[in-house]
Amino acid sequence: MPQDKELIEQIIKRYDEDTGMLIPMMQDLQSECGYLPVEHLRYMGGLLKVPMSRMFAVATFYSSFRLAPKGAHEVTLCMGTVCYLKGAPGISEAICQEFHVEPGGTTRDRLFSFNAVNCVGACALAPVMIVDGKYYDGVNPKSALEILHGLQPTEDSTETDTKEAVK
Amino acid sequence: MIRASTKFISANDIERFVQEFHDRADSASKVVRICIGTGCAAKGSRRLYELFCEAAKRSDQDIRVEAKCVGCHGFCERGPIVVVEPGEVFYQQVEEPDVAEIFRETVLGGRVERIVLIGNGRFDPTQISDYIVEGGYSALAKVISSMTPEEVISEVEIAGLRGRGGGGFPTARKWRSCREAKGSLKYVICNGDEGDPGAFMDRSIMEGNPHSVIEGMLIGAYAIGSEQGYIYVRNEYPMAVEHLKTAISQARDMGLLGKNILGSSFSFDIRINRGGGAFVCGESTALMASLEGRTGEPRAKYVHTVESGLRGKPTNLNNVETWANIPQIIKRGGEWFAGIGTEKSKGTKVFSLVGNVVNTGLVEVPMGITLRRIIDEIGGGIRDGKRFKAVQTGGPSGGCIPAEHLDARVDFDELTKLGSMMGSGGMIVMDENTCMVKVAKYFTDFLHKESCGKCTPCREGLSQMLHILDRITKGEGEVDEMEKLERLAELLEGTALCALGKTAANPVLSTLRFFREEYEAHILDRHCPAKECRGLFRYQIDPEACKACGICLKNCTVNAITGEKKVPHVINQEKCTLCGACWEKCPFTAVKKV
Repeated sequence: MPQDKELIEQIIKRYDEDTGMLIPMMQDLQSECGYLPVEHLRYMGGLLKVPMSRMFAVATFYSSFRLAPKGAHEVTLCMGTVCYLKGAPGISEAICQEFHVEPGGTTRDRLFSFNAVNCVGACALAPVMIVDGKYYDGVNPKSALEILHGLQPTEDSTETDTKEAVK
Repeated sequence: MIRASTKFISANDIERFVQEFHDRADSASKVVRICIGTGCAAKGSRRLYELFCEAAKRSDQDIRVEAKCVGCHGFCERGPIVVVEPGEVFYQQVEEPDVAEIFRETVLGGRVERIVLIGNGRFDPTQISDYIVEGGYSALAKVISSMTPEEVISEVEIAGLRGRGGGGFPTARKWRSCREAKGSLKYVICNGDEGDPGAFMDRSIMEGNPHSVIEGMLIGAYAIGSEQGYIYVRNEYPMAVEHLKTAISQARDMGLLGKNILGSSFSFDIRINRGGGAFVCGESTALMASLEGRTGEPRAKYVHTVESGLRGKPTNLNNVETWANIPQIIKRGGEWFAGIGTEKSKGTKVFSLVGNVVNTGLVEVPMGITLRRIIDEIGGGIRDGKRFKAVQTGGPSGGCIPAEHLDARVDFDELTKLGSMMGSGGMIVMDENTCMVKVAKYFTDFLHKESCGKCTPCREGLSQMLHILDRITKGEGEVDEMEKLERLAELLEGTALCALGKTAANPVLSTLRFFREEYEAHILDRHCPAKECRGLFRYQIDPEACKACGICLKNCTVNAITGEKKVPHVINQEKCTLCGACWEKCPFTAVKKV
């Protein structure tokens, strides 16, 4: 935490200490730490003079914020209408059963965090699963499990992968 | 090639830039365009780009070939897409081995006019010069050099442009109210929180042609008298954020954003905010709350946001597609735009046509086209020769339209009459195997999860509706529950705080209106006609089709299937738990749902 204090101060400065930019600040904090540690939120709130109740309200209102550490890999399953119609619920069920994980949670061995999101806007590829920024199209329960079983428990942060895929 | 390092200081500079570009650029005679939108990139178009570049390098000296990365065409399912110029030869599902052939055959050896998607697939969204050379920012130059703000608003009024985000409110009227609102500090916002599942036209515009959105916002800001704009982009669209960021910084470097744009007294800048992943933030007041760093809860709109919006200042919010229409309207005139479409809905609309149709993807069509033409002619009809059942338009708050209304014209008012709405333009086609009660349940579940919880009708009402729908799909529905659903729907419509709650009952109401017999079958006969709701249909083996292979028998976990070699197998309905394993495994599709 002591070295992270500097990080938090930097983030706040990045947005000119504007409390209106609280959400981007939290997003930056999360991309640095992987999640939003409570102590960090408390420190940030203190500097911005924003009560902890509001910090918590914002952190829990938006589904992209995490209050617990994430796994080595980031698995996102699209639950949009088209993916839903084409069998995404079955894929989700299979993943949850196989890895004992809930949507929004992380496997016990921290292998991956599993998010079920509303729509990733790639409907023509439905059902879509994204692993560390790589899009897999037309997945089914079997192929999804195969992909996830192929994941290696690496210590590297997945953030870099995501950025590469974007570029 | 001219680098985008010039700084524009007067309105004429843009034209000069284009002229110089055409004069100086030793324009390549052939161009290979490779789509790098999310869809195509997922299928490896980056690698294709590299291969084309290599092929271009090796090619004959006489023919200059330029490979370019371009934005999303909208035909994602057919990706990767490659277009070869001249001749606009369109290749779909290109794979690495195809590169050599395409290069040999086409490089060495598409109908409806697009307005919004005009630039998609034509130029590199990360190169501002591509946009400018194709006539980009000339509308801004025209506005700054020769039009008053009032004239700009009048032009948009003549065009008859209505908000593309779903509400269909006249854009010019919104702008005028905001212009006339008291206060000198005003904001413009671009709503890129495209939350409707099944819709991705805004993503495609932001990724594929970000400058058209920026130019639209610049023109709007000039008309309204604003100096600060925001683009609110969904968290799930990383490439859109990346391309918008690049576009904004390039526009700043060239003096198209910032202080004294094109040498005038007009100053404007744009900031990008990423959403936090909340559907309700697509609602204007919730979006503004989110921009203020608060939870995205809507407020009652007895005071309009054009008077008191972001931080209590007059704020004008428009959808991505609305903004992208503006430069074209200014360039080609309001009259031209008003010539397209129907009496009350002008111009074109981009739909994302998805679901059980043959060709899925983005389509830009003139307003007033019939649903049938979109689905049959453009979409190529229903997949796998199945029968059409319904088309769902307008996102989670829209409705399902059945076959007998397929000749309805697509515009803001017609769709509302059918109990659905235009929404942002999602169009999900469903075939005969889709259970409409389950569809209603899906959308209600979605809205229930996304309800912010501020007002009681939405928070509690949706939860009750979902509970009833859940019981119906499990075969536990009671006869009076259809009326209960209708009463709850009426309550929501009348008393919810924001548009999310007010329209949340549409999926239930429209399915009750057009597919009532399906609800009745679930409740009275405990049967799901589409055979989708587990427990409300049975599995049976067709003795004619059964080859007695024994696969189903081995896969049945409760030993409900009996049979021997050469004797058609039979399912014991008493023992069967309806897990569906036999149906999935049968290689001869002899297991039927009845």
